[in-house]
Amino acid sequence: MSKMSTRAFVILGLAVAIGLATAISPYASAHPDGLEKVAEKKDFLDDGKLHSIQEDSPIPDYAFPGIDNERVATGVSGFIGVLFVFALGYGIAYLIRRRDSSGGRSGAPA
Amino acid sequence: MLNLPVALHIPDGFLSNGVVAVLWVAAIAALAVGLRVANRDLDEARVPLLGVLAAFIFAVQMLNFPVAGGTSGHLLGATLAAVLLGPWIACLVMAVVITTQALGFADGGVSALGANIVNMGVLGALLAGYLMRAGEHMLPKTQGAFLALVGGVAWLSVMVAATATSLQLAISGTVPLGTVLPAMLGVHALIGIGESVITVAAVSAVLASRPDLIALATFDRPQATPQAPAAAGSMS
Repeated sequence: MSKMSTRAFVILGLAVAIGLATAISPYASAHPDGLEKVAEKKDFLDDGKLHSIQEDSPIPDYAFPGIDNERVATGVSGFIGVLFVFALGYGIAYLIRRRDSSGGRSGAPA
Repeated sequence: MLNLPVALHIPDGFLSNGVVAVLWVAAIAALAVGLRVANRDLDEARVPLLGVLAAFIFAVQMLNFPVAGGTSGHLLGATLAAVLLGPWIACLVMAVVITTQALGFADGGVSALGANIVNMGVLGALLAGYLMRAGEHMLPKTQGAFLALVGGVAWLSVMVAATATSLQLAISGTVPLGTVLPAMLGVHALIGIGESVITVAAVSAVLASRPDLIALATFDRPQATPQAPAAAGSMS
């Protein structure tokens, strides 16, 4: 049984994520979702507001600023978002990973 | 017009200050445990997996699928993250995704960020951690039973998130519980089916390519012999 390398697995996974966020997300349902629909029907949607620091979000509403075509704007923001989240997740994981100085459970050579 | 893309993402203004504060404490506590667990267990080889899983969950959260009555839903991903990385590290992955959405994309509140991390991340991840371990002792140790359990847990995680959100809205005085809970559970029972289908599909893909990357497996793994070829490279 051929086993995929971790590197190949990560590259493939990232490629799938980029593909979904860039090419598929522009065609996602634009209906209000669960909580938003309930808030609308039960009349508390208007309680919601943007935090002041969100007034100038880099990419408000998943629409990259300055692109008129909505689908393109969504696709571009998905592409950027996926790469950003990948880098952030990777970076944080790298910083908080186990350091092997204490000798792990796998019995590293001392 | 202000278009708030809420989903299960609670915007600012829905929750009272007290509820917001309590949920920030809960979120920070869960992330602190996550940091400790990572520091103890997260070996360097698995570091890229956190990045790719966060990226995948972010991407799939953008894919709103239609459910009944002009409503849509999207994946939360906490079950997926917990099954692959364990519940505590899953909390960290979900926090990365949800924080990026709030600060970068105005999706979900900033004051409500702690609540959103708890509802969409921590609760589902810990539920998955608990139920997968319970299932390990109760179910046949087959891949089929494992995937069925993953599907059930994924659905349940959405219902738990919807229940928690409803309770928080009610305690905040935004809407009576008797009004919001049935409505939330009704729509999220359908959204949960989507969560279930997507989570099982993603876990199946990992099962087919790298079953060793599944942290909360309930099936018997082929031991020793299949690992021999992979281990050969590390001999020196």
